[in-house]
Order: sequence, then structure tokens, then C-alpha cells
Amino acid sequence: MDPSDELDAAAATRITAIPVGRSPFIANGLPQLGAQSLRVGIIGIGVVPFRPATPEYSWKEIMYEGASRAYADAGVDPREDVGSFITCAEDYWEGFGIFDEFTPDQLGAVLRPACTVTGDGIQGLAQGVMQIQAGLAEVVAVEAHSKVSDLLTYEGVVRHAMDPIWNKPLGGSPYYLAGLEMEAYLRAAKLSERDCAAVVAKNRQNAMTNERAAHGLKLDPEDVLASPPISTPLKELDVAPLADTAVVLVLAAEPRARKLSSEPVWIRGIGWSSDSPWLETRSWTNAKYAEDAAKMAYRLAKVRAPAKEIDVAEVDDKFSYKEPQHLEALGLSRKGSTAKAIREGTFGLGGTLPVNASGGSLGCGNVIEASGLHRVAEVALQLRGHAGRNQVNGARTGLAASWRGLPTATGAVAVLGVGK
Amino acid sequence: MALDSAGLTIDDVDAVVFGSAPDAFDGIHMKGENVLDGCGGVGKPYTRVYTGGGTGVFSPIAAYWHVASGMFDCVLVVNEEKMSSCQPHAQSVFGYIWDPILDRPLKPNLVWIFAMEMNRYMTVHGIRYEDIAAVAVKNKRNAVAHPCAQLADANITVDDVKNSEMMAWPVRRLDISPPSDGASALVIASEDFVRKRKVESPVWFGGVGWCIDTTMWTDRDLYFPEYLARASKMAYKQARIDRPREQIDFAEPYDPFDYKELHHMEGLLLCGKGEAPVLTRQGVTQRDGDLPTCPSGGLLGVGNPIAATMGIKVGELYWQLSGQAGKRQIPHEIHTGVTNAWGDLMQFSSVVVMRA
Repeated sequence: MDPSDELDAAAATRITAIPVGRSPFIANGLPQLGAQSLRVGIIGIGVVPFRPATPEYSWKEIMYEGASRAYADAGVDPREDVGSFITCAEDYWEGFGIFDEFTPDQLGAVLRPACTVTGDGIQGLAQGVMQIQAGLAEVVAVEAHSKVSDLLTYEGVVRHAMDPIWNKPLGGSPYYLAGLEMEAYLRAAKLSERDCAAVVAKNRQNAMTNERAAHGLKLDPEDVLASPPISTPLKELDVAPLADTAVVLVLAAEPRARKLSSEPVWIRGIGWSSDSPWLETRSWTNAKYAEDAAKMAYRLAKVRAPAKEIDVAEVDDKFSYKEPQHLEALGLSRKGSTAKAIREGTFGLGGTLPVNASGGSLGCGNVIEASGLHRVAEVALQLRGHAGRNQVNGARTGLAASWRGLPTATGAVAVLGVGK
Repeated sequence: MALDSAGLTIDDVDAVVFGSAPDAFDGIHMKGENVLDGCGGVGKPYTRVYTGGGTGVFSPIAAYWHVASGMFDCVLVVNEEKMSSCQPHAQSVFGYIWDPILDRPLKPNLVWIFAMEMNRYMTVHGIRYEDIAAVAVKNKRNAVAHPCAQLADANITVDDVKNSEMMAWPVRRLDISPPSDGASALVIASEDFVRKRKVESPVWFGGVGWCIDTTMWTDRDLYFPEYLARASKMAYKQARIDRPREQIDFAEPYDPFDYKELHHMEGLLLCGKGEAPVLTRQGVTQRDGDLPTCPSGGLLGVGNPIAATMGIKVGELYWQLSGQAGKRQIPHEIHTGVTNAWGDLMQFSSVVVMRA
């Protein structure tokens, strides 16, 4: 084909292919990492304790704080040891055009490979895993943060993500989308508002004993039910309050991970997926993105019966109903029996499958794009046995699942494990 | 079109990578989410990577690691830019890319700071303006054979460039690429997939590299893009290139301004510091020269739809190396090409080496 004849617009066509087997990195002695078996470990965890506002930090300083904690935990010097840096950020959250410009200095990434992923922290984590699997880097730092307290118009920014022709002009608080989805989901899944209120009470209680949480609170489900309505059936306490943080994870290829860390937490599986961006054509009762992302992660991690094999789960709960909706999509709770499981305390700290032992977004705070990465950090701390008073005994395999929040239908899943 | 040319459909695609520059061009928060259905991303692993103007060559690198990780067989990359929605001019969006305390109160724009960089480059090496304008002439002439060209001109001369409107000394209007709308797409697949599906005339990745320098551009000596030299070394190491000038047959350096082609040739280690204008004057970088540079017509001739320049840069490597460049085809035998894109605040470069 002569493209000069074919092209009619500024669109271009080509096929390109990659000789994976001939990659010189692999030939040069780095491990050849098979497609079906990930060999990437988390060796450093840095989480700046969540707070509703952090006036003493600039957005650069909070990133520096998170990064310093992670590098110290991993025992690495970013300027020598880290081969690639990934930041998860969106221009409008940050109040900049091209936020990528403002990332290198505070991460120790000056004159190093670094990039931005405009996505949730687990999507960024996935890019780091692939860079290591592809032999492009041995050690990768993944960063995500929230300085959402700087935003005077949080709801306005969320609304700015809605379709500018069909949805945004409808105006109002974007939380009406969550109200509609909650209504649709509760009907389909035969859950009550009280079940959602129990989720809120559980997560905020769990946050009471998590030193990283900003919104721990002793609550009765009655308090949640009595809180002012936002968009029926969604009430004020069904919504995760906002918080600031920076979260940095340091990843390493297996041999380096074993050398650098006495207790690497292995990323056994990772997956991410998006349902339709159109409100009008996506699935409202079932979190399809979580289902697809989990399928991918379980395939890589060789998980066949997730409800039995996962010991501890951190799943997105930016709204109370999202926790049960995600648990069903992830195969961690059988559709139709979720209400019963909630009432029996299955997902409580002492239950058979502790969910959001950290307190989740409801208890720790909604940290926008950092939410997923934070939950991976919480699972990793559980598997290391470093979860303090919220420790789930004997946890060997854990799962973290994220959702990018309104108005998206995008989410990601990571399956982590310790030991061989 | 990308899928058609590969004889594939969206069902063959395992994952999608999207690239685009500032969200403010489209006036939509999370624009990657908004366009994901247009990119074929619904129900698939979909990611947007973002390195400012460097995205044009960076999103193909992200697609490369999707495949090279062994996790995906076939990945679609789609890059988009629509600058015409910004009225009166896309430059207004760039008001928000500056440090809010140190830079923004000065109300800088991109032409001003690039004029500073160009001036520094000329001063350090004693380069004449005419040798830089010769790049704009070459690329706008090369673009005559490109079907997407916005500013192709077969008869343009150095005097035309020199006499065009002064924007910010020493930068004239014709030293700069135009704002453009555009979209481009690539299909990137594993060797196994290419063999099994009998995809015709594949072109292979040799190496990829990327690097970012400090945000504080005022702390850097702008005469040489050290970040590009480091990104190039990363890519050349993978491609086992130790003498780039001899082992690379042609180049598509990023050329939003004419001096940037020269700057990038030096950063790509295709010549010594300050030598690129000499090679240009000697005709070495012409399409039939010893080191054809921007045979596509580049951003100066074809246009600058920021991330979508992937179609001019990595796209041209594909067409040239697979012998499908038509009237733009380099007349002699070629085996290896290199391209780069440049972004953020004069601080980031992405590099791809490809082989036939």
C-alpha cells in the first residue's frame, strides 16, 4: 500500500512488531520472565498518614515525604538504584497543564526515566510491573498522591469529567450519579440501605486503629441512616470524606527484590479494565470493569476460587454501596448472599474474609488517584505482618481493587502474596 | 485505518494505549476516560500515558512494554490532539504549564522560552540564523509528498523564512510548526503474533528510551539536551548501537521549531555538539543525503498535533523501513532509523530505534 494514496486525513496506519525473544536485555542475562508468571516484588512502602488538610506540605513536599519513606523502607537510593519512576496524576486534579513537568525533582528522578500515567495508582503499578517484566528496569518507583484539600471546587472538577454535551449541562452535584447507581444496585442485589450503613460503620471503626487513617469514627448504622440525604438513597455518611496523602511503592525484579528485601511482597497478578465511558450504555448494577480486571489478575495469579484463596481484601469503597458491589464483581461474595454475609460479619476484622481492614476510603479518606496504590500498600503491610492493631493473622494472599471514581467505569485489581 | 492496514479487527486487540497532551485542549477532566470508546478501549485494559509533547513517541514505548512484558500479544496505540477548539489560539492553554510562583506571574509563552533556548544554542556554537532556517526549508519541501501536510511548500527559500514575521527574536513565524488537529494509530504485536497472523512487512523495535530533567529549566544550560542524550543511550544500549552516526541510516527528530531538529540530532548523538547545522548546510540531511533527516516533512511541514505527531515520527520510521513511503521514500537502502519526541518544560525526551 502506498500511504500517499490511502491517507485522507491526519490519521496514519501501520503495523509494528516487537521481537520479544530478541530483546537484548533478556539476552544480557536479566531473567526471562514468563508471560504467565509475574516475578515482581514490592520492596518499599511509603504512605504519608492521611489528613483532611495538610497546610504544612506543598504538593511537592508531600510527594517528597512519601518517596523518602518508601526509599528508606526499601533501602534504595533513587539516583542510583531506581531505573524508572511513574507518577499517577491528572492535570485538573493538580491545577496544571502537563503535570508531568513537576514530578522529577521531589522523587529523585532528575535525568532518569520517568513518566505520568493518568490513572489510578494500580494502573500505574501495572505499568511498573510491565516495565520490569519487559526488562526495561530492575527497580521501579510508583507514586500517587492527593492534595485534594487544595481544591476549592472538588465537585466542579468531578463534573468537568462528565460528557460536555450530554451530561455536564444537567448541572447539580455529580453525586447524583452515585445515588442513581446505588438505587439500581441495591434493587438488583437485594441489599438494604442498612447493609450499606453497616459497611460504613465497619470501615470507620477499622480506621480508628489505623495510624494512617484520617476519618476513624465510632458509628452506629443508625447514625448513617439518619445522616442528611445527598441523592436518595445516598446519604452524607455513605460518601468517603476526602483526604491528602502521598503513596510510593518501590518494585523490583525477583532477584533484586530478594537481595534488597528480607520480606518482598510478590505481585502475583494484576489487571485493569474500563467499561463504557457513556453513562447511558454502561452496566449500572454490576461493576463490569472490576469483573474484567479481576479476571485478568486471577489468570496471571492462577487464582481459581478467589473467595477461598484470598485471605484479606482491600476494595474500593468511595461510596458505601461500592464495597458490596465490588466484592460481588471480584467473585469474593456470591451474588444473592452478600446481604447475609454483611449481617453475619463475614467482612469484619474477625470475619472469614476481612475486607477493608485498613478502614478503606470511608475510614481513611478518599485520596483520588492514590486510593488504589494506598490499598495495595495496606495489603502489602498485612502480608508482611506490619498492619499493627488491624493485623489479620496468617494472611498469605491478598487483593486490592480500585475504582477511579465518578464518573468513570474504570478499575484495577492486584493480587499479592508472600512466600514462594 | 491502522487495524485495516494490518488486516486485523478490534477483536484482535488485547489492550489499548492512549496518548494526548493537555486535557485543557479538550476542556475535559480525565480526557483519557472520555475518549476511551473511540480508541476501542471499552472492555479492555486501557491506559493513558502522558509526558507532554513527548507523548508522541512515548505512548508507542508504553505499548512496547505491554507486549515485551509477555502480558499482551497485540496492542493498539491511539494518539489524538485537537488544538483548534482553543480560541483564539492554542497558546492560551500553555498559560497553565508554568511554576505558579516563579514563572506564571511573568506570563511567559512557549515561543519566548524556545527563543531563549535557540539563542543560547546559536550563541554557544556561533551558529548563523540562515543555517537554522535551512531546516525549515528542507522540511517544508519534504512535506510536499506527505498527504497530511499542512505547510508544505516546494518553492520556499531561506529568505522567505528569514523575512517572515518576527515572533520573539530570533524566532520568526516560519521557524515554528503550526497548531494542528490530528489523530494517529499504531498496532504493536509480538513476534509470535506477527508470524501466526502472517502480518505483512512488520518493522521491529530495536530499543526504547526516555528521560526527564529537572522542572527548574532556569537551572539548566539550554544549549544541549542532556536528557535526550541519556534517553538515546538507553535506547542504543538495547539496540546494541555504539556508533550511532554510522549505524543509524536516517532520523526523524522532533522538529516543532527548526533549531530543535539540530538540537535533537546532537542529543541523539548523530553528530557532535554544534555540528548539526554544518551537516544541514552540506546537504547530508536531505532525503537523498547520507543521513536523511525528517524525510516525512516533520512537524514544520506536516503539522504539530502534539501527541498525534506519532504518525509523523514513529509512522515515518515504519513507512520508510517497510518501503511504503511512496514519493517520500529515501532513495538508497536503509536498515535502521531513530526518532524522538520532546516535551514537558524543555525537559523530557522519548526515543525509539526501529529496524526493518
